[in-house]
Amino acid sequence: MEKILLKDIDRPNLNDIGIYIDGGGYKALEKALKMNPQKVIEEVKNSRLVGRGGAAFPTGLKWEFTRKEKNEPKFLICNADEGEPGTFKDRVLLKNNPHLLIESMIIGGYTIGANKGFIYIRGEYFEEIKRLNEAIEQARTEGYLGENILNSNFSFDLEVYCGAGAYVCGEETTLFESLEGKRGCSRERPPFPTQSGYMNKPTAINNVETLCNLPAIINNGAEWYSKIGSPNSPGTKLFCISGQINRPGVYELPMGITLRELIENYGGGAKGEFKAALPGGVSSNLLTDLDVKLDYKSVADAGSMLGSGAVIVINSEMSIVDVARNCLEFFTHESCGQCTPCREGTRRANEILGRFVEGKGRTEDIDFLLELGEVMYDASRCGLGQAAMNAATSAVNLFRDEFTQQVKNKEG
Amino acid sequence: MSERDESMWKEKIDKIMEGRSRTRSALLPCLEAVQRETGCIPQEAITYIRKELDVPSVNVYGVITFYGMLTTKKQGKYVIRVCNSLPCYLNGSQEIIEVLKDELGIGNGEITSDEKFTLEEVACLGLCDKAPAIMVNEEICENLTKEKVRDIIRIKREEG
Repeated sequence: MEKILLKDIDRPNLNDIGIYIDGGGYKALEKALKMNPQKVIEEVKNSRLVGRGGAAFPTGLKWEFTRKEKNEPKFLICNADEGEPGTFKDRVLLKNNPHLLIESMIIGGYTIGANKGFIYIRGEYFEEIKRLNEAIEQARTEGYLGENILNSNFSFDLEVYCGAGAYVCGEETTLFESLEGKRGCSRERPPFPTQSGYMNKPTAINNVETLCNLPAIINNGAEWYSKIGSPNSPGTKLFCISGQINRPGVYELPMGITLRELIENYGGGAKGEFKAALPGGVSSNLLTDLDVKLDYKSVADAGSMLGSGAVIVINSEMSIVDVARNCLEFFTHESCGQCTPCREGTRRANEILGRFVEGKGRTEDIDFLLELGEVMYDASRCGLGQAAMNAATSAVNLFRDEFTQQVKNKEG
Repeated sequence: MSERDESMWKEKIDKIMEGRSRTRSALLPCLEAVQRETGCIPQEAITYIRKELDVPSVNVYGVITFYGMLTTKKQGKYVIRVCNSLPCYLNGSQEIIEVLKDELGIGNGEITSDEKFTLEEVACLGLCDKAPAIMVNEEICENLTKEKVRDIIRIKREEG
């Protein structure tokens, strides 16, 4: 299977600009700078590339919306705040191939009409931050960043901005707040970032993996790209497999392979007997059907979401009640506290699940968890609260007996 | 606070503030730099940043208390971040946390009396393929067992 993102990942010292250029690096930028920005947008739209951070929004459209805005200046932001438990794919690109991201961002900046880009990276990625900064410095020295890039009259510079340990900052409007030096609390939408993002200016914000597809699309064309993978969602995806699995890791595979193929052919099989998997990290619903195709539409049809492609495998020895509790502990800790449905909802759900873990659950709380999930989905301000109950409610729906068994015996 | 301590962060954050025209967007990078240089954010630094950036104290504290990696409390020489998110949990992170608490004699968010270690239970560190995992300052320790954790603590103690 042809690789796009991890094609050269094992080449030694790929983070050095000379090695990257020797492998054909920055060729796509040269080509893009000779194209009309509108032509680049058409190419990206025709490739049918969608965002890999979880929301699966068409990248070409996002860029077109940003380009069309009259307000100046515009910004391009790379969301490298990879924090969803089970996700470690962007790390591989940031660490081993930082120039791929830099080249992609320069192309993106040119396309939307931005002269400044930020890479918002989580603060715990110490090595990746160091390598990115080194790579940016190299790109400046070689003339790929700065004024009048390759005599194109286009100027663009990049800055690495470090998060400081807050999962919610991966939510795009929250990320802007953080980038402006504030607490990580989400904003109301609309206005959408393409109209009013960082500093209330038109902003395109894309995930690391999404951006890194750009050079291949520019070099090989939209038609080539759109034929890879699933007709539902073209391209490859970086799948992260973790949990109770024999060969955890990052695998670049075409969209649309089944969960079974991923687990058995690449992950080396589940450790123990397969029970369930979360296909998109702890924000997604549990799946028990191994024949689900892993593309955005198929996973959604199966009642879950592919999200960032973080597949967490759970075996039959694990209590699903314990799994749900662990997920809610995470969301309780990471809720920003701004809106009541999320702040209070995560806490109450965590308490309830805590009682079930200890065998002190209440029968009426089983359905209450489902109701709470609905309320939080409807009423939470951002994606964190909307998705916080997915693991727990799907656990109730798929494994209700395990909750019933943990109900406190009234005579006991 | 001695003058030497202050010199550790002042120059760094002056440079950051210059680069961002003394605007609010310099706040988080400044606080991160102070945290990195001194292991916590002392009152002197807060006062200095508040004045230079013209940001009210309440907002400076608001940012410090919001972000997990920032703290006004003194941290140990080695900050141990232990992940307890689902992939690590499924691979036995509870045991790792117990061993750490037992070896160090402290709980989550606490510092040892010799000020050598701080223990922080944190959310996913992106090391799920190497679970269970911890970070000791910037160093990644992966595929841990109880024995490996005890060895790490012993080595850090001997290193002083």
